[in-house]
Amino acid sequence: MDGSRYDDGSTDALSGEQKIRNFNINFGPQHPAAHGVLRLVLELDGEIVERCDPHIGLLHRGTEKLMESRTYLQNLPYFDRLDYVAPMNQEHAWCLAIEKLTGVEVPRRGSLIRVLYSEIGRILNHLLNVTTQAMDVGALTPPLWGFEEREKLMVFYERACGARLHAAYFRPGGVHQDLPPELLDDIEAWSHEFPAVLDDIDGLLTENRIFKQRNADIGVVTEDDIQKYGFSGVMVRGSGLAWDLRRAQPYECYDEFEFQIPVGKNGDCYDRYLCRMEEMRQSLLIIRQAIAKIRECPGDVLARGKITPPKRSDMKTSMESLIHHFKLYTEGFHVPAGEVYAAVEAPKGEFGVYLVADGTNKPYRAKLRAPGFLHLQAMDHVAKGHQLADVAAIIGTMDVVFGEIDR
Amino acid sequence: MSEALKELGTQLEVKRTDCVLSWDVTHDELNVDVAPSSLVEFVEFLKTDQSCKFSTLVDITGVDYPERPKRFDVVYHFLSMYQNQRIRLRVSIREEDMVPSITDIHPSANWFEREVFDMFGILFSGHPDLRRILTDYGFRGYPLRKDFPTTGYTEVRYDEAQKRVVYEPVSLVQEYRQFDFMSPWEGANYILPGDEKQES
Repeated sequence: MDGSRYDDGSTDALSGEQKIRNFNINFGPQHPAAHGVLRLVLELDGEIVERCDPHIGLLHRGTEKLMESRTYLQNLPYFDRLDYVAPMNQEHAWCLAIEKLTGVEVPRRGSLIRVLYSEIGRILNHLLNVTTQAMDVGALTPPLWGFEEREKLMVFYERACGARLHAAYFRPGGVHQDLPPELLDDIEAWSHEFPAVLDDIDGLLTENRIFKQRNADIGVVTEDDIQKYGFSGVMVRGSGLAWDLRRAQPYECYDEFEFQIPVGKNGDCYDRYLCRMEEMRQSLLIIRQAIAKIRECPGDVLARGKITPPKRSDMKTSMESLIHHFKLYTEGFHVPAGEVYAAVEAPKGEFGVYLVADGTNKPYRAKLRAPGFLHLQAMDHVAKGHQLADVAAIIGTMDVVFGEIDR
Repeated sequence: MSEALKELGTQLEVKRTDCVLSWDVTHDELNVDVAPSSLVEFVEFLKTDQSCKFSTLVDITGVDYPERPKRFDVVYHFLSMYQNQRIRLRVSIREEDMVPSITDIHPSANWFEREVFDMFGILFSGHPDLRRILTDYGFRGYPLRKDFPTTGYTEVRYDEAQKRVVYEPVSLVQEYRQFDFMSPWEGANYILPGDEKQES
């Protein structure tokens, strides 16, 4: 008995062959196109996705809990490990939150260096995203070319702070160290070479028939979806809304830079790809402007005061400076009680920190608001009705990184 | 910026006297305290009212204050892309209270509420699918409560004999290190021998 026969012995009109149940499959957590440890439970009708249930948390490290037992400065490196594709942009949000509560003014040079490295981070991220998304839909060359450029950018990271990836370079009150003039020259030289590479990648992908077929009209996001699912970043701009925190709610000194905000028209994967490509070009413009401004503006890169270390030379001569240095790196600085929310336009969207301080040297509660969390949440909505193969393209275009989603 | 927020705060108070318990503008941010019973109604109002249009849910999170009778704060952040403004709602609840879910108004609240449930054990009434989200399958306890130890209670390892992953109580070679670096001159509240006599 196969269970298709009723009690009175009759059967349904459909023969056994025609009755097809929906098929559930596991996508991930070790699938290369899942961009990390994502497990999707997909319900398929033939090859059409009927339901998509993302299981996240496989990379959960309890960052928020750990942060409650560490000082503000010790917490900074955790931010590199959130979105490890563009580490400094996350640190930026943390620094902004602390500066907002303590009321520290960042010196202009420090602020300009932050802008410079935030934009380098944006290019780092978009290079990875655009090229690996292309790999998900079948192209192998773009990631190889893209990673070569990423390598150069990581060298710039290393020359600024000593670490290729986990920089811990932005500090509350400014940046850790000043940049040597040769580094500025090299970044500028690179910013003139990079457009050629970008054009090469452009030539590989933009008019590529396969790439277009796999991306155009896939994962269409409307203005209504954006509001309902709380999208930010390129997911918004790809659908034609010129929403960018650098413009809308300027932080640091973004208001004095000239750049355009590229927007898409159809809100599909292809438009988001085009937006990312154009954003990289705009970032290059900001980088060049920032370098010119940094050169004109010598001076300190850290606001001197309670929350930053004293100058090395002072420590050799002044007992107070020595004590200050010792206390800063053991006890840490105290942040006045209060709560703030500080957000930056990270490459993936709005990355925010909600910080509750209780006046001690440790945060009482810190909530990290990751853009990818909301994007992935909408997976069920966006992927429904698409083919199984399109799921990979949609995950790619959502730009998910599990460091920040699982925290 | 903060002028506009103050104006908005006053407006909200006038229009929704029954919902707004109190409001203030600190650090250029608008905070509004709301009672759990009027939360859904107020969020709906914020979303639809033309002068607010807080149509994007940015974040939902919890804060644990174990010493308060109303132990948890559930904090909502909203953003209006049209008015370019942000607002923060705070809902204070007791440990056994439930918070009404706002998933009907903001579908994006779904995962946030699951996360708050996962981390704090706060229940959301009317949530379609209140499962744990970030922690392990079969995890017990609520990690972000202040009485939950940072080390947790269990650890996992692969057992060669049983050929599977096993859960065991945490055993640490070294105690989890928590240093007290607070200056003895400020902040720290030491009880010196003999102090108890003074009180009695």
